[in-house]
Amino acid sequence: LSRIGDELYLEPTEKGLSLRAVNSSRSAFASFLFAPLFFQLYEPGGPTPDTERFRCKVHMKSFLGVFRSLPSLEKSVGKCLILLKPRTSRLVLQLHCKYGVTKTHNLAFQECERLQAVFDTQHCSSRLCAPARVLADAVVHFPPTLAEVTLGTGPGGKISLRNYVDDEAELSKTMVTELWLAEDEFQSVAVSPGSHITFCLKEFRGLLTFAEASNLLLTISFDEPGRPVIFTLDDTVLEVHLVLATLSDLESSSLPTPTNGVSHLPTPADNLADDLESYMVALENSGCEGASGGPPSPTFPLHTPRAAQSDPEEEEEDRAVPGTPPHKKFRSLFFGSVLTPGGPGLAPTQEVLAEDSDGEY
Amino acid sequence: MPFSAPPPASGEPFVLSASLDNARHLSSLLRAVHFQDHATCFATASGLRVTVEDAKCIQANAFIQAEIFQEFAVQEESVMFRINLSVLLDCLTIFGTSSLPGTSTALRMCYRGYGYPLMLFLEEGGVVTVCKINTQEPEELLDFDFCSTKVVNKIILQSEGLREAFAELDMTSEVLQITMSPDKPYFRLSTFGNAGSAHLDYPRDSDLMEAFHCNQTQTNRYKISLLKPSTKALALSCKVSIRTDAQGFLSLQYMIRNEDGQICFVE
Repeated sequence: LSRIGDELYLEPTEKGLSLRAVNSSRSAFASFLFAPLFFQLYEPGGPTPDTERFRCKVHMKSFLGVFRSLPSLEKSVGKCLILLKPRTSRLVLQLHCKYGVTKTHNLAFQECERLQAVFDTQHCSSRLCAPARVLADAVVHFPPTLAEVTLGTGPGGKISLRNYVDDEAELSKTMVTELWLAEDEFQSVAVSPGSHITFCLKEFRGLLTFAEASNLLLTISFDEPGRPVIFTLDDTVLEVHLVLATLSDLESSSLPTPTNGVSHLPTPADNLADDLESYMVALENSGCEGASGGPPSPTFPLHTPRAAQSDPEEEEEDRAVPGTPPHKKFRSLFFGSVLTPGGPGLAPTQEVLAEDSDGEY
Repeated sequence: MPFSAPPPASGEPFVLSASLDNARHLSSLLRAVHFQDHATCFATASGLRVTVEDAKCIQANAFIQAEIFQEFAVQEESVMFRINLSVLLDCLTIFGTSSLPGTSTALRMCYRGYGYPLMLFLEEGGVVTVCKINTQEPEELLDFDFCSTKVVNKIILQSEGLREAFAELDMTSEVLQITMSPDKPYFRLSTFGNAGSAHLDYPRDSDLMEAFHCNQTQTNRYKISLLKPSTKALALSCKVSIRTDAQGFLSLQYMIRNEDGQICFVE
């Protein structure tokens, strides 16, 4: 939670103790709900049953200062008592350590409003579920300074992760890293094809570290770009939600609802690696529908309808080597084979950027 | 106290001459009181006392008794000089501070008297280093007059219990408040920092408590910056005694066991 905000919101409820944080730009929200079973003793209410639920927030640094040294905590602390004392405006954290030593921390808190992000995992069009380790291993390939990452779905159920490159950035000077994950790496994949979202990596990494350590399954629920992505960890005694705002696709003007047979001009993308991969995948796939964002965004270019033949060479390229731009000569090959007869509604003006040398059709 | 071997063959009279097989026995103790650059050395037949003071508020003493040395000879009744402790420590650890098993630096220390530098001969693995450190006029040392008969409260604790506590003290607090009492909370260390207050309680029946003699409830506040240096001594020690007198003076005595099992004190 400290990766997200500077203040820790505490809200005791009937369902458990909720710890929440939000970042300064309100684009990231996280909540950890510890069920009463997590605790040895849990008393959310005040002395009388109808006292209003008390909420407060404390400085993240002050709270973390109590649990400064984790290894020594594990060795020496037996139990921890958390008390909220509204009358003295103090949050009391008492650590009972070995040898009978007691450490009592009285933290000052502020009363606050309920912190709740508006989100609904039920109404998301796409959902992925995987052990946190899978995603943690994937994310490790990106540089630590990377700000945003794009998660996308490709045909064949493959999921891709790619670093988000700003429109203003010099494309020739940026390194693009793209990673594909096969469907079987996930526990469940229920995604609307061609969907993608771009979100901030920093906060996600924080959650991944926690998830990996606790060995939990991570569920990612998302929708269209612009709508928040929700990462969920579920356990018998713990429920974690991380809600991140996603980059909205400003260029995608009135995307038609994906129906079979709708096709668009393949984009003459400057981003070589990006387009080529998807083209190759698109050719392998059958009946891929749905359109994604417009030309400038480094997202999946528009998929083409079914290809009559599948090029044998594309098979090996399919095992996408992250970060390696494929050879230029393949480009022409695939542009050519895209023009399959019977492909409904293909626009006649197909731009071929490089002459095909093989002449295989 | 038997006098050690006669002065070296050169015939020059050294008012202080000492030999130590393992210089670490000395350097680790000196490090425990090293919170100021200068120290006053006071040698008598019983041994060596090194005193470091800060702002007339705090005084630390390291006692290295004559038995620790292989040779210890003091020609006059007492020898006293002021010396740069940082330089002294640098010289004592000139062969490095890492302690490889089996290797140790041998030390011979000689002082000819007032106005002369302190000579150090250090040897390790056949390599000899000679150091000459200038000495200075000893300054008047504060006499806290902390008498053991006037002690009001006394606690002896195993250092293990305090080490972490001192390392994690909230440094945003200006003071460290120490409460010693025959009733609850018995022994409490408190800080009042930016985040709020923190209390560390040690019950009198704790396994860490070696001795608990509290007659009166006393709560005293001390500047935390003055106590921070004592963490070095605490880290080296196995036991610590905490005593306060009627005026609230605090005396911390640390029992340090060196590699050979010998015991020295730092207060």
